Amino acid sequence: MNPTRERDVQSFESVVIRFAGDSGDGMQITGNQFTHTSAVIGNDLATFPDYPAEIRAPAGTRPGVSGFQVRFSSSDIHTPGDQPDVLVAMNPAALIVNIHDLKPGGIVVVNTGQFSDSDLKKAALAKSPLTDGTLSGFRVIEIDINKRVTEALKGTTLSSKEVQRCKNFYTLGLMYWLYHRPLETTIKWLEEKFAKRPELAEANKLAMQAGYNAGDIHELFQGRYEVLPCTSMPPGTYRNIMGNDALAMGLVAGAQLAGLQPFLGSYPITPASGILEALAAYKHYGVITFQAEDEIAAICSALGAAYAGCLGFTSTSGPGVALKTEAMGLAVSVELPLVIVNVQRGGPSTGLPTKTEQADLLQAIFGRNGEAPIPVIAASTPADAFETAVEACRIAVQYMTPVILLSDGYIANGAEPWMLPRIEDLKPFPVKFVEPNPEGGFQPYARDAKLARPWAKPGTPGLEHRIGGLEKAHLTGNISYDPDNHEFMVRMRQNKVMGIRESIPTPNVFGDSTGDVLVVGWGSTHGAITSAIEELRKKGRKVGSLHLRHVWPLPKDLDKLMACFRSVLVPEMNMGQMARVLRSEYPEQNIISYPKVQGQPFRTTELVKKIESLLEK
Amino acid sequence: MAEAQALTKKDFKSDQDVRWCPGCGDYAILNCVQGIMASIGVPKHQICFVSGIGCSSRFPYYMNTFGFHSIHGRAPAFATGIKTANPDLSVWMVTGDGDGLSIGGNHMAHILRRNVDVKILLFNNEIYGLTKGQYSPTSPQGLKTKTSPMGSVDRPMDPVSFALGCGATFVARTIDTHLKHMEQVLLAAAHHKGTAFVEIYQNCLIFNDGAFDAFAEKTVRDDKTIDLRPNQPMVFGKNLDKGLKVDGWEPRIVTAAEADVWRPDTHSPGPAFVMSQMDSNSTMPRPLGIFRAVAAPIFDASLHEQIQRAKSTKGPGTLEKLLHAGETWTVR
Ligand code: SF4
Repeated sequence: MNPTRERDVQSFESVVIRFAGDSGDGMQITGNQFTHTSAVIGNDLATFPDYPAEIRAPAGTRPGVSGFQVRFSSSDIHTPGDQPDVLVAMNPAALIVNIHDLKPGGIVVVNTGQFSDSDLKKAALAKSPLTDGTLSGFRVIEIDINKRVTEALKGTTLSSKEVQRCKNFYTLGLMYWLYHRPLETTIKWLEEKFAKRPELAEANKLAMQAGYNAGDIHELFQGRYEVLPCTSMPPGTYRNIMGNDALAMGLVAGAQLAGLQPFLGSYPITPASGILEALAAYKHYGVITFQAEDEIAAICSALGAAYAGCLGFTSTSGPGVALKTEAMGLAVSVELPLVIVNVQRGGPSTGLPTKTEQADLLQAIFGRNGEAPIPVIAASTPADAFETAVEACRIAVQYMTPVILLSDGYIANGAEPWMLPRIEDLKPFPVKFVEPNPEGGFQPYARDAKLARPWAKPGTPGLEHRIGGLEKAHLTGNISYDPDNHEFMVRMRQNKVMGIRESIPTPNVFGDSTGDVLVVGWGSTHGAITSAIEELRKKGRKVGSLHLRHVWPLPKDLDKLMACFRSVLVPEMNMGQMARVLRSEYPEQNIISYPKVQGQPFRTTELVKKIESLLEK
Repeated sequence: MAEAQALTKKDFKSDQDVRWCPGCGDYAILNCVQGIMASIGVPKHQICFVSGIGCSSRFPYYMNTFGFHSIHGRAPAFATGIKTANPDLSVWMVTGDGDGLSIGGNHMAHILRRNVDVKILLFNNEIYGLTKGQYSPTSPQGLKTKTSPMGSVDRPMDPVSFALGCGATFVARTIDTHLKHMEQVLLAAAHHKGTAFVEIYQNCLIFNDGAFDAFAEKTVRDDKTIDLRPNQPMVFGKNLDKGLKVDGWEPRIVTAAEADVWRPDTHSPGPAFVMSQMDSNSTMPRPLGIFRAVAAPIFDASLHEQIQRAKSTKGPGTLEKLLHAGETWTVR
């Protein structure tokens, strides 16, 4: 076939594609492959997978629709975009659920092979949206992908069911053609993935190639588009990374920087399971993973391992944290290093397992019996999860304390290019265990300058001692019911955790450092906030943003930064939990909460509108 | 090892005052365990006692070893974490009928099935002691307690049956009033490779005094109990003249000469289960001793073996390798 004539190519700065289909259609794989290829050719990008909680809701129905949105760009971007430019809909349900998000005039690619009367019925549609006017105002590309794939794979040994499962690669090929992307990265991936079933690798390659060729041969589109590599990205080595993977790598790196063997005790839960899966594959890094019988055993085993000298980790989501609470109190009491990862999801109870939310903040800061202070830090983007996990490890070992590390579903499954840190920039924080037979005996509850107690590893001669959840006497650690000692120890633990302030930086303000509105955010709202501030400053607005990694204790001097603005806006995917914390810490500041609890991340446009409404006041 | 050889029972007594009620069965167990520790040849800094919550769970404080008094029911998870983190440690877990079988029943099931190399001592006093006398999952039906003033309607569970059902590789039972027997059983447990589960009948003289008198009281003990000894005939009685024979699924009393030989290592735990369910309210003796002792892969060892294998096939992981895995690209 002839290569497309160059004059047909139109260049865009940034494009958003949403792949949507049935849960069984492989949309997540398609989206991930498109992302990966775009990363490798040097686009900046951001993704937003959005899939149902059910593994396979009834095929063809609206609840069964799985979507993957990817935005790729030749300039710096921070979010997967508010509205898709292109929607790929594999069936009527996918079309009807997503069409309202598509940009006016956007392209919609529809698989007409899945639009029979029974398909429409499954999607609860009386009329076909292809003909009833639903699609007016969009550029509609109709392709019978079912048929095309069957044709392309004629002569293979695959069953017709297996053939139909290659549809997503046809779609991917088509999009690769449209956006001028090479097929190599995906071909390599297919060969590795189906090493044991080369006929499947071959079939998917054929389907992808057929989709690619279709762009040319069938003249489906008026032309091709391109999104050039992003040149504003700082120089360095990059890889495409998802939040859960970055977080898992950060835990491994953190343990290495501390000179400790990592131990993860975990129980599968959406959307945190990816961390357990990732760490289980890192055995050659010495990682011990223990898939426990439940959430409680998961944290207890990790705390036991910490007692024995490992760096203990446990990963879960909100409902799992609820179960781990008692053991977290014990970790506070026995003062051992432990990182508790909460990949937040919509709550309460089982809530929205596959959707994102930030509503576990107060649970993290305060949710235990007794005075049980635990430092809390939060990742803000998929790549940031690496550094945040390293920071969690540092705090845990330097202060001999459990640390809660917050992520969420949006970060966990989202992807972005990650500029790899240079190894020499990762500063080690080696742990020193108590030496055998210390002169003058051993005191398990003595304190260093940071108020941390010593870490004595079982197996070390002369350090035999007992610890537990009963209140301990200062220095000796023996059981003590003494009233004064109890107050002393409560204050000691509190002061230790609040003292972490001394080792954390005050965050920089992005944008204007004085002006009308300062947006204070934490966690995964980072992208949308940054984009909104950029947009408003382009319009000449005096606005800035401040993003918190350390959410408890808060860094020093936040009040000074806030005081430089007329008002402070706190957008959160909860009912205003951080706003509540900030108000209680800084009662003199004008703090405005902007809650969103839909299981969906903030859109940049929503934030821009909200900030503008404040500017008008 | 020089230290280990020189150790005596005294070396294992911690400086903490023992705070059980005077006359509690726990004292006899503590005394016995301290004696055993001196004889197993493990230096005390290599020993770690782990417990949950309850009267029995104060045990670690009284041992001059490493000790972790954790939270209610969760000791198996802590013990698993500790042993897996450092398989060189000799890890012992102390629990009770409430801690180990009620609130912590789930964890108990899983440590047993995994075969983590931990020695578990379950003090069964058929009552909640620390919370001052409520019925437990092993209390007999009809037991009148503060929370069952008209008698408990719960059906009790048998700890040995439970452990066997979970696939435990070593299951034994002994009694606080029979020091010699306890010593033998605990030594066998100490030498077992894998999880060893020992139920110890323990008298709570404050809230459930005499719970085991019907068969354990010294004057009746010989006739009302039978000691299951591996590869020995199942004989009992003051003059060792009575024996047990298992016909089909039902054990019956025969003469010593006719007694079956006890095998704790049969392929199926069936015979041990039959023994654990033998109805001792009737004329049958209550079985003590070693119900089951079989070899099986050990969890912590298998896990470390995998780590070693991964290291040797993939090469030890470095930070450089960690970050640069997968496809990367460079922006200049
Ligand atoms: S309450 Fe019972 S079990 Fe607890 S210490 Fe007293 S006698 Fe022993």
